[in-house]
Amino acid sequence: MTAISVRNLSIDLGYGLAKKRILGDVGFSVEAGESFGLVGESGSGKSTILRCIARLLTSWEGDIELEGRSIKDMPFAEYCRMVQMVFQDPYGSLHPRQSIRTALQEPLRIHRMDRQLQRMEQALTDVGLNPDFLSRYPHELSGGQRQRVAIARALILEPRILLLDEPTSALDVSVQAEVLNLLAGLRAKRNLTYLFVSHDLAVIDHMCERLAVMQHGRVVEIMARDVLATGQAQDPYARELIQASLEYDQAV
Amino acid sequence: MTASFLSMQDVAMPGSRSNRNSAFHRLLAVIRELLGNPSSGFGFIVISILLLTALVAPLIAPYDPNVINLGQTLQPPSATHWFGTDELGRDILSRIIYGTRISLTIITIVSVIVGPVGLVVGTTAGYFGGWYDTIMMRVTDIFLSFPSLILSLAFVAALGAGLENAIIAIGLTAWPPIARLARAETLTFRGADYISASRMQGASSLRIIVKSIMPMCLPSVLVRITLSMATVILTAAGLGFLGLGAQPPLPEWGAMIATGRRYMLDNWWLVAFPGGAILLVSLAFNLLGDGLRDALDPKQR
Repeated sequence: MTAISVRNLSIDLGYGLAKKRILGDVGFSVEAGESFGLVGESGSGKSTILRCIARLLTSWEGDIELEGRSIKDMPFAEYCRMVQMVFQDPYGSLHPRQSIRTALQEPLRIHRMDRQLQRMEQALTDVGLNPDFLSRYPHELSGGQRQRVAIARALILEPRILLLDEPTSALDVSVQAEVLNLLAGLRAKRNLTYLFVSHDLAVIDHMCERLAVMQHGRVVEIMARDVLATGQAQDPYARELIQASLEYDQAV
Repeated sequence: MTASFLSMQDVAMPGSRSNRNSAFHRLLAVIRELLGNPSSGFGFIVISILLLTALVAPLIAPYDPNVINLGQTLQPPSATHWFGTDELGRDILSRIIYGTRISLTIITIVSVIVGPVGLVVGTTAGYFGGWYDTIMMRVTDIFLSFPSLILSLAFVAALGAGLENAIIAIGLTAWPPIARLARAETLTFRGADYISASRMQGASSLRIIVKSIMPMCLPSVLVRITLSMATVILTAAGLGFLGLGAQPPLPEWGAMIATGRRYMLDNWWLVAFPGGAILLVSLAFNLLGDGLRDALDPKQR
């Protein structure tokens, strides 16, 4: 079954002569249980696509379907329980004046779910944190711990699709590996579908089965993970990007 | 059913207790910080004394503030009448002590009107944006473009003289700066990831504004209200002085100065002591507001 299907997604900003195309006819699809990567340089539109799917941006054209249903027709409550998002900056994605308990309880209250305490404790345990963390505030946690709380918050509504907007790029290298392993483990356990945005090809290589390379708001090539190792991409830009990443890895 | 209810209670209790505890600790920390700085410490102490005085006014006032004693008119300050007596022989110290109640009533009611109104107008305008924001901010601009005393004069003239109407008039003129502030604060974090996250979890706009945005605006709004209390006292005194605020025989400080003005040249104490009280209290509120800004500003930590 297709979990995410994006067809002809375009965004234009401005009117008349000042009209500028931010995203042009983007299309890809992600199977259920798959992990799909979006890579590209800064400003290539990866996060914008994620924000369109997350319904945080609304002025786009084209079709976005989740499990075969257009996100524009889906009731919002049902949508929330299907898709959640993990943001890039763990320092900005948790409300600075809300305790972890409030952060985790809010979605449960909104959706009137049962066994709230049990769910909250389970969510923290699942991301490798002690249930004692419930009474803490974000400023009492490290960056890695915050990102784990953000993942717990995203998973507490038991979504089937997780949108990940560079979830590790703000973290230390050692913590990055922990969070990536945690995400990989959670996906295997819960059969989640990931749409993973990153500019780090090594991360994508570790996390995703397929990926799309983006440049200037367009998808230039969709390829399988194996291509990253061989470097035999069809598109010249994609080839250049993979080559540059390989050379960087060797230099480091 | 009972079991689940019991476990719910168990769950709710520790959370609320720890919340109240942490709020109490935060309050203590703020007070300690206020007292640590000489100027805000002065403000805090003066306001505390003002509050105490208002509470126990009947106990500490040496005379009844409204009892006329024509044998004792215009007495200079002495051991029997520390601040002297006015043209009707009333003890000025007692009138000033009772006047704290009027000033505090004005301040409290104005803050209770102004804080929520400014907060609601500002946060909704900042959050929703678009034409709603434009309309709200143009209304705010219109209110801001009048000098507050003139605008309150107009309101009092329309509503009729009296303390209640003065309070309403001051309240109507004092909310725009707070709305502006709350809107500006809201604009800085309405695009933050935690607001996006909360929206993705299905929170309604009302929920986001009340639970996520208002707590972030609250400290700066509190500071702004404290700072504007000084202006409120001055405006109330000004209205009283013009005969449009508190009516005689209420011992309102501004009205006391207004009646004392006629005797001012020979009997300085009629205006000096109420004037000093106004000066002291508005200065204290200004200093306290400045101190609160430092103590509550999360960016300073």
